[in-house]
Amino acid sequence: MIDFEMPSPIAKQRVMLQTVAENMMRPVSRHMDEHEHEIPWDYINFMQGAMRATSAGSLAPQEKKREGPRLGYQILAHMIETLSWGDAGLYLCTPGGGLGAAAVEATGTPEQKERFLKRFQGDSPILGCMAMTEPQAGSDTSSIRTTAVRDGDFWVLNGEKIFVTAGQKSLVETKGFAVVWATIDPKAGRAGMRPFVVEADTPGMTVTKLEHKLGIRASDTASVVLQDCRIPFGNILGSAEVAKEKTTETGFKGAMATFDATRPLVSASAMGIARATVELVKELLAQQGVTIRYHLPRQKLTHIEREVIDMEVMLRSAWLLVLKAVWMADQRLPNSAEASMSKVKAGDAVTKITQRAVELLGPVAYSRKLLLEKWFRDAKINDIFEGTGQINRLVVARRILGYSSRELR
Amino acid sequence: MYSFEPSEEQRMLIDAIHKFAAKDLREAAHEADESGAFPEALIGKGWELGVVQASIPESLGGFGEHSAVTGVLAGEELAWGDLAGAMHILAPGLLAFPVLTAGTDEQKQKLLPPLLEGAYRAATAAWVEPFFDFDPSELRTTARKEGDSYVIDGHKCFVPLADRAEHLLVFAALDGRTQAFVVPRTTAGVTVLEREGNLGLHALPTFEVKFENCKLPATARLGGEAGFDPLVLLNTTRVALAGMAVGVSRAAYEYALDYAKDRVQFGVPIAQKQAVAFMLAEMATEIDATRMLVWEAAWTLDKGLDATHAAALAKTGADDLTMMVTDRAVQILGGHGYIREHPVELWMRNGRGFPMFTGLAMV
Repeated sequence: MIDFEMPSPIAKQRVMLQTVAENMMRPVSRHMDEHEHEIPWDYINFMQGAMRATSAGSLAPQEKKREGPRLGYQILAHMIETLSWGDAGLYLCTPGGGLGAAAVEATGTPEQKERFLKRFQGDSPILGCMAMTEPQAGSDTSSIRTTAVRDGDFWVLNGEKIFVTAGQKSLVETKGFAVVWATIDPKAGRAGMRPFVVEADTPGMTVTKLEHKLGIRASDTASVVLQDCRIPFGNILGSAEVAKEKTTETGFKGAMATFDATRPLVSASAMGIARATVELVKELLAQQGVTIRYHLPRQKLTHIEREVIDMEVMLRSAWLLVLKAVWMADQRLPNSAEASMSKVKAGDAVTKITQRAVELLGPVAYSRKLLLEKWFRDAKINDIFEGTGQINRLVVARRILGYSSRELR
Repeated sequence: MYSFEPSEEQRMLIDAIHKFAAKDLREAAHEADESGAFPEALIGKGWELGVVQASIPESLGGFGEHSAVTGVLAGEELAWGDLAGAMHILAPGLLAFPVLTAGTDEQKQKLLPPLLEGAYRAATAAWVEPFFDFDPSELRTTARKEGDSYVIDGHKCFVPLADRAEHLLVFAALDGRTQAFVVPRTTAGVTVLEREGNLGLHALPTFEVKFENCKLPATARLGGEAGFDPLVLLNTTRVALAGMAVGVSRAAYEYALDYAKDRVQFGVPIAQKQAVAFMLAEMATEIDATRMLVWEAAWTLDKGLDATHAAALAKTGADDLTMMVTDRAVQILGGHGYIREHPVELWMRNGRGFPMFTGLAMV
C-alpha cells in the first residue's frame, strides 16, 4: 500500500538531529570551511556521545534486531540528510564506519562483520573509510593496480590509493580501518579485485597527502600508500573461497554491491545540502515580501516563483527516489537501478539547485557572509564521488536495456 | 510507514487496465487520431473496467471507495495506452468526482447513480477559457445571483464531449471566486460551438461552448448555498493530469527503448551508443522520480490534507517530464519519429497540452 507517512522513530530522530545540525554544525560551518584539515573534534566527540546515549547506532548500516519492518537504511538516509543540512563536510566526519563499514557489510562474513565493526560501538570515536580510486583508475575501477600477494598467513599489499574520504581520520586520528580494493591477479581485470581490511597503524601503510578541495573541506580526502603492507590472511573480506583466483563472486560484484548500498546514502547527503539551499532561498525571499503562489498556472507566475518551484520539484522528486532506493534495500529487494537512479538525480538536483540559488540571489548569495556559496561548492562533489553522474547513467542504462558491460561500454 | 508498492488490489486493477490499454487502446489509437474518434464500443469497454465506478461508494451507484492514489495509478495506465482515449473513458468522472467531493447530498443522490449505473454516459466539465492568461482561480466567465437563480455568461474551450454530455459542470466566477454549476446541456443560453481542432487530442471531441444569460436554479450550484473550496478541485485535476502525464511519458520512453535496441546503425543497435543510452537512462530516472511526486500528491489528497504544494510540484514536474521524454523519444527514432507511422509524434503532440488541460481529468 503506497504510503508517504514518515515512520515515527525516524520523525523523532530527525527532530534530535535537526537540533544537532543547527547548534553543533551550522555555527562552525564557515570556520571549518576556512580552516581545511583542522579536525572538528568538538563535533566528533559530541556525536560519539550523543549516538551512544541515544543508541542511534553508528553510521554503519547494521540491522539491529527490532520489532516491525526493517528501517535501517531508511533511518540512515534521514540521518545523513539532516546532518548534511547542517554541513555536508562535517557530516563526513561523523564517527562510525562510513563507507568502510558499508563495504564490510556488503562483502564480509558474519564473523568479519563482528570482528571489524564492533569497534564503532565503543566509547571513543572511530571512523572507517574505503580506498578504491588510484591515480590511473577513477571511474574505471577494474583497472586498479594495487596488488595483494599471499605470503603464508598474510597478504602483502602494494600500491597507491587516492581520494580516500576520511582516510586521515580513519587511519591516523582514530583506530579505524580502510577497506582497500586490490587485485590478486593483475591480468584478470575485474575478476581479480578483492576487498581487504587494513587497520590503522599497520606498518607499510602511510597517509601521504591531504587534498585541498573546492568544497566539503571539513572532510579530509587522503592519499594512502601501501608499501609491503602485511595484513592477516583473514582480512580478505568474504569466505575463504574469495582468496582463490578463479572465483569472481565477491570481487567486482562485491564492489558493486557496496555501491548499491552506499549510493542512495550519498544521495541523501546531497539532498541535505539541497534542502538547506531551498529553505534559505525561500526564507530570504519571504523577507523581501516574495511568497510563492503555488495555486497559479505557470504562465501567471513570476520568474522567481518559477525558479523556486522548479528547485522544489527537483528537490522533492530526487528525495523520493532516495527514499524508494533505501526502502528497497530495507525490503531486501534488488535496488541496483534505483540506487544509481537516485544518485543520478540527486547529483543533478543538488548541483542545479545550488547553481540557480546563487544566480537568483546574486550578490547576496555570492558573498561569503552567507553559506550559500559554500553549499554551491559542497554540492558538486555529489555528482562525482561514489560514481560520477556518467557512471551512474551507465549503470541505469545497462539495467533498463538488459545490457552487459560488454554490450554497453 | 513508507511504502512504494501498490496494494494487491491496485496491482490487479493496473494489470486489467494494462491489458485493455495495450490491446484495445493502442491498436485503435492511430486510426482514432486520424479519424477523430474512438469507436463507441471501445469506450464502452473501457468504461466497464470500472475505474470511475470503483472510486464511488455503493450507495451512490459505484462499487468502491474513493482513492486518489488508485485513481492516478489507473490514469497512468490508461494514458499509457492513449491519452485521448483515457480522457474520453474517464470523462464521466469530470462531473462525478467534483460532485462526490463537494456536492450536496441531494446533488450526489440525483446525479451520481444515473451516471454510474450501467453503460457509458458522457458527462463533462467546462473550466478552460480561450485566453493565454487563463487562470482557473480568476475566471472571465461569470455567475451572478438573480433572485432564486444563478445566471452564467462566458466563453469556454476544451470542453470534451460537450455535444453529447447530458450535464456540464461549468466553472464561473461568483463575486470573484471560482465556483461550479451543474448545467444541463439543453439549458437555454448554452451554445455548443463547432468542434475544435487542436495540436493533439485529435481523437477526443472537444468544443468551445458559449453561455449567454444562462439561467439556472439555485440547486445547480455545486455544494449548494455554501459553495465549495475551488482549490480542492484544482489540486485534484492537477494530480489527475500529472498521473496521466507520467503514463504518456512512460509510453514514449518504452517505445524509444525498444526501438533503440532494434535499430542498427554503424553495425550495432543504437542503444549501445552512450549518447542514446544515457538519454534513455535519464528518461527512466525522471519518470520514476516524477511518479513518486504524483503518488505523494495523491496520497496527500487521500489524507484530506492541503495538497496545494504537493499538487503544484507534481503538476510542474509532470508537465516538464512529458515534454522532455516525448521529445527525446522522437529524437531517438529520428526521421521515423517524425512520421505518423510511429506513435511517438502523437504522444509528443498530446503531451504538449498538459499545462492547459486544467479540468480535463479528475481523480
